[in-house]
Amino acid sequence: MIAFLTRTRQKGRMDLTDWLAWGWAILGTLVVAIPVGWAVISSLKTEAEINSFPPALVPRAAQTITIEGQSKPLSVWIRKAPDGSEQTVALVRRIGLAATVLDPAKPQETFRVPVSELSQLKEFHLQWSNYTEPLKQFNFLRYLWNTVFVTVVATALTLFLNSLTAFALSKYRFAGRNAVFALILSTMMIPLSVIMVPAFMVIVGLNLADNLWGVILSTVSTPTGVFLLRQYMLTIPDDLIEAARVDAASEFRIYWRIVLPLCAPALAVLAIFSVIWRWNDFLWPLIVLSSPDNYTLQIGLNSLQGQFNVQWHYILAMTVVTLLPVTVVFLFLQKYITEGVASSGVK
Amino acid sequence: MSAPASIAPRAVARSERVGEGLDAVMRVVETPMAALQRLIGVARMPYVFILPNMVLFTIFVFVPVGLAIAYAFTGGTDLLIWDRPYVGLENFKALLDCGNYLEPATCRYNLFWTAVHNTWWYTLLNTLGTLFFALMTALVLNRLTWGRGFFRAVFFYPVLLSPVVVGLVWQWFLAREGLLNGFLTEWLDTRIIFLLEVGWSRAWVVYVSIWFHMGFYMLIILAGLQAIPRDIYEAAQIDGTSQWRQFWRLTLPLLMPNLLVVTVLLLIRSVQVFDEAWVLTNGGGPGTANTFIVQFIYQTAFSPELRLYGLASAASVLMGIGLLVLTLSQLWLAKKAEV
Repeated sequence: MIAFLTRTRQKGRMDLTDWLAWGWAILGTLVVAIPVGWAVISSLKTEAEINSFPPALVPRAAQTITIEGQSKPLSVWIRKAPDGSEQTVALVRRIGLAATVLDPAKPQETFRVPVSELSQLKEFHLQWSNYTEPLKQFNFLRYLWNTVFVTVVATALTLFLNSLTAFALSKYRFAGRNAVFALILSTMMIPLSVIMVPAFMVIVGLNLADNLWGVILSTVSTPTGVFLLRQYMLTIPDDLIEAARVDAASEFRIYWRIVLPLCAPALAVLAIFSVIWRWNDFLWPLIVLSSPDNYTLQIGLNSLQGQFNVQWHYILAMTVVTLLPVTVVFLFLQKYITEGVASSGVK
Repeated sequence: MSAPASIAPRAVARSERVGEGLDAVMRVVETPMAALQRLIGVARMPYVFILPNMVLFTIFVFVPVGLAIAYAFTGGTDLLIWDRPYVGLENFKALLDCGNYLEPATCRYNLFWTAVHNTWWYTLLNTLGTLFFALMTALVLNRLTWGRGFFRAVFFYPVLLSPVVVGLVWQWFLAREGLLNGFLTEWLDTRIIFLLEVGWSRAWVVYVSIWFHMGFYMLIILAGLQAIPRDIYEAAQIDGTSQWRQFWRLTLPLLMPNLLVVTVLLLIRSVQVFDEAWVLTNGGGPGTANTFIVQFIYQTAFSPELRLYGLASAASVLMGIGLLVLTLSQLWLAKKAEV
């Protein structure tokens, strides 16, 4: 194993450059993983633990014990007496610098000790309610549903309409074809940030403001999608289409039955990107959507950090829920995504 | 991508399984489409196929582009263009009214010029920083003989996260009770409220952007590196060229077209910085230390007490001109790289 790890191109020992390369790769991995990992760990902490400083590296919670005669479970502390002896006690109440405690073995006798003698016992604990509570307290399920709706509908429409356009551009000769293709490609050069004001007016004019369809329709036509699919369709032999025409298939049937199935690999790449674009989209939904009932996950999540007295334990849990689907998609399709990006420069 | 003939049977089989539900929907589309074809003839069908997409492009891209310029010459706070009075160059004059362009405080819209300055510095640092880290990482990955796929995936992973997630994850990491302050307290006995200090918050905005997008540029550079033929290096090795010299004399010149395209792409995207910086800094703070041009446009147009659509559009047009110059230079560079 070691020999395998240390194998280098020169089939010799690791030289300094190899060590530096490995150092860079491992350090970089930590830089990527630690902030995300920290958010995941923190999302499983109790509210008290989230706010305690310095932070603990594992999610913990106060250990509690149920004592007969006490209405609530009591927290467990270690008492270090002035003579150096240690004793496990349960805290009954705390007033200022003095605490009333009892010995769990003799629950009837309470006694008072200075707080400075006590240190709390904590145990490993995962606060799963951070994930379930927001479902009840906020519109979180609504945000999730809106996002799924936008993602699925926009992706389906993108695949359908962009492939239809790509089909026309790649399999027909018609007047204006090159002009149309150039026009579509030119939209790549127009970022949303330049046209956001008039684009919003168009949305208002179409009565689509604060409507999920306003988010969907304006992002359906993508120059990237048309370009990707057109390039792929150009590799499909025209003979197949001619043969179908001889069999009297309609043009739409040729597209639907012959060309589209053959494009499956390119459609898959576009679908992956489309899902990620829509899931992560921020600025445009921020402009179009105004009522919380229509928020997508990203907008809802962003609004939460201002809305409450920053409840980080909930925000972090929802952040993890938001990044989870993308992470899972990436884990399974990492190869296609990185190769798709490297070969086409799509992002 | 592979030749379609080899994947055809599999793809057809798969799509037939997936497509049964879709087919029901499609039969509804197919019948009128076939009827339409009989009516207008095969030659006109491609126009029908491009129609829906072109309508959407027209409504949501071409019309807004035309309107953006029209808006920039109008005033008032009405949204609909026909309600807005024509004011000529007033908006541009207001934006450009400045005693000294290097001192935002002397300008009539000092927030705009603060945003321009912030964007300028951000663009410079982000472009250089991303370029450096992306190049280094690509070189490192190209050298690894083992685990390249794994590390490539790790470095690319942040690119797929959403700006909101990235902003929140880092806000939590840098928070007063965050992990970084935990370590600082432990080791240096100090605590810094990073995102409330002007210098620190600016540095972190650039750092988080690099962290977020570096993987994308790394992939492009890595693809360029892998396109360099191996035998060039073998020849250099036989000649006894040192690795350092190989990098400066072979790798870098051969990679240059690639790096130029990446640089312009980075400049174009940096000028439009908004999402993750906005979330990370809670809206461009502290004060206006991280307010960028896009945020200025967004706030000027959409914050309820301003609604200055004309002024925002004028700023958009100015930024659009800058972006156009950058884009055209990218196309020019890409063309030169192909030759």
